[in-house]
Parts: sequence; structure tokens; C-alpha cells
Amino acid sequence: MLPDWTLWLEWLIKSLVVTLALLGGFAYLTWYERRALARIQARIGPNRAGPFGLLQPIADAVKLIFKEELVPAKADKIVFFWAPVVTLVPSIIIAAVIPWGTSFTAFGREITLHVADINVGVLYLMSIASIAVFGIVLAGWSSNSKYAMLGGLRASAQMISYELALGFSFATSIILADSMRMLDIVDAQKGLWFVVVQPVGAVIFWIATLAEVNRAPFDMPEAEQELTAGYHSEYSGMKFALFFMAEYQKMIVISAILATIYFGGFLGPGVDEYPLLGPVYLLIKVILLLFVMIWVRATWPRIRYDRLMSFGWKIMLPLSLAITFITAAGILLADLLNNQIYFWAIPVVSTIIGLVAVVFIYRTLRRLPYERV
Amino acid sequence: MTLDLILFLVLALVAIATALGMLISRNAVYSALFLVLNFVTVAVFYLLLGAPFIAMAQITVYAGAIMVLFLFVIMLLGAEKLAPAQVLPWQRPLAAALAFILVAEATYLLVTRARPTGDVLPPSEAVNTMDNIRQLGIELFNQYLLPFEVTSILLLVAMVGAIVLTNRQKRERK
Repeated sequence: MLPDWTLWLEWLIKSLVVTLALLGGFAYLTWYERRALARIQARIGPNRAGPFGLLQPIADAVKLIFKEELVPAKADKIVFFWAPVVTLVPSIIIAAVIPWGTSFTAFGREITLHVADINVGVLYLMSIASIAVFGIVLAGWSSNSKYAMLGGLRASAQMISYELALGFSFATSIILADSMRMLDIVDAQKGLWFVVVQPVGAVIFWIATLAEVNRAPFDMPEAEQELTAGYHSEYSGMKFALFFMAEYQKMIVISAILATIYFGGFLGPGVDEYPLLGPVYLLIKVILLLFVMIWVRATWPRIRYDRLMSFGWKIMLPLSLAITFITAAGILLADLLNNQIYFWAIPVVSTIIGLVAVVFIYRTLRRLPYERV
Repeated sequence: MTLDLILFLVLALVAIATALGMLISRNAVYSALFLVLNFVTVAVFYLLLGAPFIAMAQITVYAGAIMVLFLFVIMLLGAEKLAPAQVLPWQRPLAAALAFILVAEATYLLVTRARPTGDVLPPSEAVNTMDNIRQLGIELFNQYLLPFEVTSILLLVAMVGAIVLTNRQKRERK
């Protein structure tokens, strides 16, 4: 049975809203980042185009559109053309399963505030995240340049390594919510956000996503000092803009995912009576989390590549395994023995394990001289 | 039903085309990319059959993790250009004969076994509800616990093997 045309229209409009919100969000995230970075570094930042420099993103976009596009002579033309597209598309479609609210009634019908409500929502996020690596790897390879190639290889190694920790911190919130559906995960956080129950899980998720979107301090694939610009060294004009766009959209989407699975998503005071407040709360949480990302970029130096890898495999992976186990064990014990103490042991034990991990980082990763093997 | 049929036919065409593309292309990176497309098409098939979990797992594990590693290795070794084909004299007749046997067998089995009212068990009702991930987990950890554990041990052995190999190289270099 085919759904009626109003339903198609609703889907179309909602998809358009998500896409346009991400595109607009990208433009103003660059402005937000430049202003915030400037403040942290005691500068002013872009303030000439329009009030507070608000027209700066538009000026930048016009500049990038009219720039000359160069294609290296020895590049693999087909893959070179498709790589930015393959990078950009996952960063948009991943937003489809993030709920921005419950539902409201308008035009005589109930309109839900999410594009897709699938029972494997979290798994969808994981699979799109794992697809997202391709664009960067292919960009690096097709440019036929040493810098771009090294950037692409670094990106793939780094993203695969941190995907594991990311997966386990997803698993933690799945266990807590008892569902893979994003709406159920948000519902389960009524009254108690998961960040309270599993603070270490939220931190691991945060660090792993910073590595996944190649943000500072994990921006090894595009480390300017070593690789000029990494995988997109050979790209110019609009193709470069697509990579830029993908990176910033991923930042927004990742913040929205973190807000959804650990910080209560669209939940907030009064959201039950006025469902339209949901998107507003989500937006506020996203902006706060984005600020933390910018803050991290402004204050932390880039981590060295071998340390990045040992951090991912020797700290993040065991730690995420441990917290997944602790969460599952805590819930099971609380269920079996019917005692809420075990449930509250989850944050306590997790925090202790997290502190042990910090001590371990301090002992092993900190003062080792660079060993050439 | 017709929409499903059209979808199936188009997907089947894409699947075959990408599989052929993988075999024919002379560039290993292109082959890998065709294989990714093929995996994604198979995932869409699973969606068509109402198995979203398997579809997503297919994309995550095969199209995502494994193919990225393939690409990584191809690029790291710089092995994208395949050497010009060295045709062994007996290779092509043998391949043709084996392919013929396979097709004949498959056709025979299809004609004899796959009756529309065949012996294949219909999927149990519980699997097709909105909650099929939970069902899957329960089945996997109760009825199929032994195969599950054996699989995980297999993977563990492969992992330990890789670690041992790199360790030996490090020791020899010192």
C-alpha cells in the first residue's frame, strides 16, 4: 500500500528542513567558530561584513564559488570528482534518524518531529559513520599527491581505530535505554539523563567523535605543518568547499547525536505540553556542545600520531569495553537482586575506572621519548 | 507486489553490474569500490526482505570496516595497477567448465527445490515485529550460542595471529 500524497509531502518538507538546517548551520558554524576562537585568543574575529560580521559566511561562499577549480594532471579524474560528494552525502543523511521532538497537530493531522523513526536507529548511525571514511580516503588517493595520500591513509587508520570506542559508547546507551530506537533512547532519559548514569561513556563518545570528524586535537589527516592540508591539499574552489561543508556538518550532527543519546535530546522543561519546544532545546544543547568543540580546538595542541594510535587502542578501547560491562552488570544486578544500589554503582565504578585510565595515560603515554622503529 | 518486483529487478541489475565491474576493472581501487556498491545493494535487498538489522550490519561490517581496510592495504602497498594478465593455457577452459557445473547445479536445485509452496520454513512471526533485534539477540544467545561462540573464537584467533606476526617483526628489527 502506498502512503497518501500528504504523507509524501510531509516527508519531503521534513527532509528539506533537515538538509537546509544543516547547510545553514554549516555557514553560521564557521562564523561562530571564528568569532569564538578569536575571543579565546583575544582577537576580534570577522566583524566587517554586516553587523557582527554576520554576512561573512555568505561572502566566503561567493568567493569559493567563483574560485578557479584545478584538477591535477595526473589525478584520477572520476574518483577525484566523486570524493567530495561521497564525503558530503553521509554527513547529511546521518541526520535523518535524530529526533527533534515528539509530534504536534497541524492542518488536521499529526506531524511527527523526526524524518525517520526506525528500530535500528543507532545501528544506522554506526553504518553511515563507517561509510563516511570512504570520501576522505578516496580524495587522498585520487589526488595522486604524497601529502594528500598520507592524509587519506592517516584518516582511514584513525577513523577505524576510534570507531570501536564509538560503537561501545553507543552500546552503553543502548543498554541503558533497552532499545536501539532513537525516540526510545530519548524517552528513557526522562528525569535522568544518561550522562549522569554513565559520565565516562559520554566522555569516551565525545573524544571518539572528535577523532571521527578529524577535529583538533585529532586533526592529523590535515595537519598543516606536516601535510599542507592533508587529504584535500589538491582541492580548490567548490570541491574544497564541499569537504569543508562536510566537516562542519559532521560537527553539528555529532553534537546532536551526543545530545540525543547522553544529554536527553529534545527533552526539557515544558516539552510535554508544547512539543515545538523540542527543537529549541535540542538546538541549545547542540550549540553548547559545539562551543566545547571550539574551546578544545582553541586550547589543546595536536596529539602526535603514534600517541593518537596508542591512545585509541590501548586506552579508549579497553575503557569503553569496561564501561559497557559495568553498565550491563549494574543493570542486571539491580534487576536480579531488586536493589537500586547496584544501578547507582554504575556511575561510581565507571568514574573510578575512568580515573584509573587517566593515571594510565599519565604514566605511559606522556613521557615516552619518540621511539623510531 | 509489483513495486517490490520492480525494486527487486532494478537492484538485481545493479548487483550484477557492480559484481561484473569488480571483476573486469583493471584498477584494484575501482574493483574495491565496485565491491562496496555491491555490498550496499545486498544491504538494500535485506531491507526489501524486512530485515533492517542485517542490512545495517552488512553496511557497517562489510561496506564500512572491511572495505576500508581493503582500500587501506591497496593504497599502502601502491598495488592499484594490476600487472597485465598472464593467461595460463589451461585456465580459461577450466574456469568455463567449473562455471558450467556451478550453473547447472544451481539451476537443478532451483527447479527441484524452490517450489512456491516449498519446504522452507516461513520466518516466525516474532521476528517480523518492530522488536526484532531483541528477538535476534535472544535466539542468538540461547539456541545458537555454540556457533556464536565458535565464530568469536575464530575471529579472536585471527586477531592474535596478526598481533603475533607484527611482534615478531619488531623483535627481529631490534
